This record gives sequence, C-alpha cells and structure tokens, in this order.
Amino acid sequence: MSSHGHDHSVKPGANDITPGYYEIMETSVRELLMAKQLITGAEIRRHLEVLDSRTPALGAKIVAHAWVDPEFRARLLANGRAGCEELGIDFYDDTQLIVLENTDKVHNLIVCTLCSCYPRPVLGLPPDWYKLKPFRARAVKEPRKVLAEFGTIIPDHVEVRVSDSTSAVRYLVLPQRPEGTEDFTEEQLAAMVTRDAMIGVIKAGFCEIPEAAR
Amino acid sequence: MTGTASANSFSVVKGAGEEPIFQAGDSVRISRRFPIGHFRVPNYIRGKVGLVEAVMEPKQLNNEEEGFGRNAGNKRHYYRIAIPLAELWPNYAGSVSDSLRIEVFETWLERSGAK
Repeated sequence: MSSHGHDHSVKPGANDITPGYYEIMETSVRELLMAKQLITGAEIRRHLEVLDSRTPALGAKIVAHAWVDPEFRARLLANGRAGCEELGIDFYDDTQLIVLENTDKVHNLIVCTLCSCYPRPVLGLPPDWYKLKPFRARAVKEPRKVLAEFGTIIPDHVEVRVSDSTSAVRYLVLPQRPEGTEDFTEEQLAAMVTRDAMIGVIKAGFCEIPEAAR
Repeated sequence: MTGTASANSFSVVKGAGEEPIFQAGDSVRISRRFPIGHFRVPNYIRGKVGLVEAVMEPKQLNNEEEGFGRNAGNKRHYYRIAIPLAELWPNYAGSVSDSLRIEVFETWLERSGAK
C-alpha cells in the first residue's frame, strides 16, 4: 500500500493478464530504444495518433469518389498511392498501393499469408480474423469456400483473384458499384462501402443502407 | 524509356539491377530454395511457375538484406507475378481461371521455358 492510501502495484483491470512472449519482447525493445534515445515517447504517441486516425471511412471515400469520377478512377488504378494522396490521404510509410478493381469477370480478395500486411493508411487496423492463420492459409487455397462463409457466392465464370501481400505493396479492393445507386450522392455511396468489401470478402451494398444515408 | 533523341547518340553501361531482368509476359519460376532466416517468399509458391504481370516501379531495397542491416546499393525490382491456383494446388476445387497475384523480388525469380 502506498503512502497516499491505495495500491499502485497493480494496474486496474490488468491484474489477471500475464504478458505473453511477444508483448514482453515489444516492451523490452521499445524501452531499450527509448533508453538509448533513438526514439522518444512523443514519437511513439504521434505514430499511434496517425494510426488511430486511419479508418475504413477513408477507403470508403476513395471508393465512392472512384465510382463517380471515371478520370479519378483511372488515375487511382494506375497508381493507388498517388490517387489517395490526391484526396489528401497521405501515406506515412514506404508502401505502395495497388487498387484492384472488381468487374463482371474478376472478383478480388486480399490476404497476407506471411503476417498481417494491410492497407493501413486507408483502412486503419486489420480485423482480427485477417491476422489469424485460418484465413491467411485458406484465402489462397480455397478462396471460394472462404468467401461463401462470408455469404459471398462467386459464379464459376467469374475469376477469383487473390492478391497476397508480401512486402512493400498493399492492396485495396475497389468493389463494384451496387445497382440502383445512379442517383446517389458521393456521401451516400461512401456509406455503402464497408471495410470487408474493400478486403474483398463481401460486395459493396451487401448490408442495408443506413437510414441516414438515404 | 524517356529522354531526348540525342540521349541515344551515346551509350552508357547501366549499373547492375538498374534495369529489370524480366518483362511483363515472361514465364518465370519462383526459386525453390529454403535458406535459413525470414524471407518474404511464402513456401507455397517456391518452385511454382507463373507469368510476370507487371514490373513494379520504382526498384526497391532488398528488404531481406535490409533485415540484416545490409542495405546499401542493392535495389532491384519487384514483379507482380500471376500464378493459377490450379498450378499451386493440384486438387484445387474452384474455377480453372482462379489465380494468385503476388509480388516477388528479382533475386527469387528464374527464367522458365515452361508453358
């Protein structure tokens, strides 16, 4: 018990969690880098703030803009990173972005079989299932079964194209614009684009359109 | 290549790795090597044959060398490689047109006469 009346030795809510091997390693490396003054706590915090500011809403904005502006779509498909930067979405790392366009002939799915490479600058952190081995292994071996488990049935005449991200390239799926959305505004369209549609496990417009976006 | 016509009036020898060794449409085999360490080439594509879909610009550091602190002057190209899923998995149950795209560093590619 400390001098001012309560116990500081145990963090609230953390008393029953033993840190794992990698958590201990991360803490050790981080503290070592800070002790050697190679990085500062402020720099780490700043990067966390950068990561926290990235969400699927950015990807949805990119997709919706590509749907309404064919010239932008062409530039985005030619150079994904430059297209995003055009909309003010900067990349804070050295990764390149390839935007994969779904068509009547091709359905794209993204995965990182080696780890968890993900278009974080435009989608934020990946969902847990994206990082787990079952999805990573099965996405390249039986993608149609994986897609079916997400409720996405791809006809046999449509190619399923799986892009495995292994190093300096990230991928973003440009879903097909849902039918019946000809009169939608860009904001209404963006509301139809979810994270999973930009990973390629579902199609855009799969869910009900939120009332507020009508 | 960009440049003026006069640039063609002399010839220069380009440094190793400046120009991509492979071009779009080339048939390539992913090296079947298993060196110790962490390499950004998944086992399931090693030894498999695919087609170069695109040379990826700009050339980049060999991140495998970089991982060991050796990162000076060894930039080469990545290639976007297309491999049919039926080539990867002999009993693949999906459509024959289903395929994989994956980026592979130049040092892991061999020219293939196959297919």
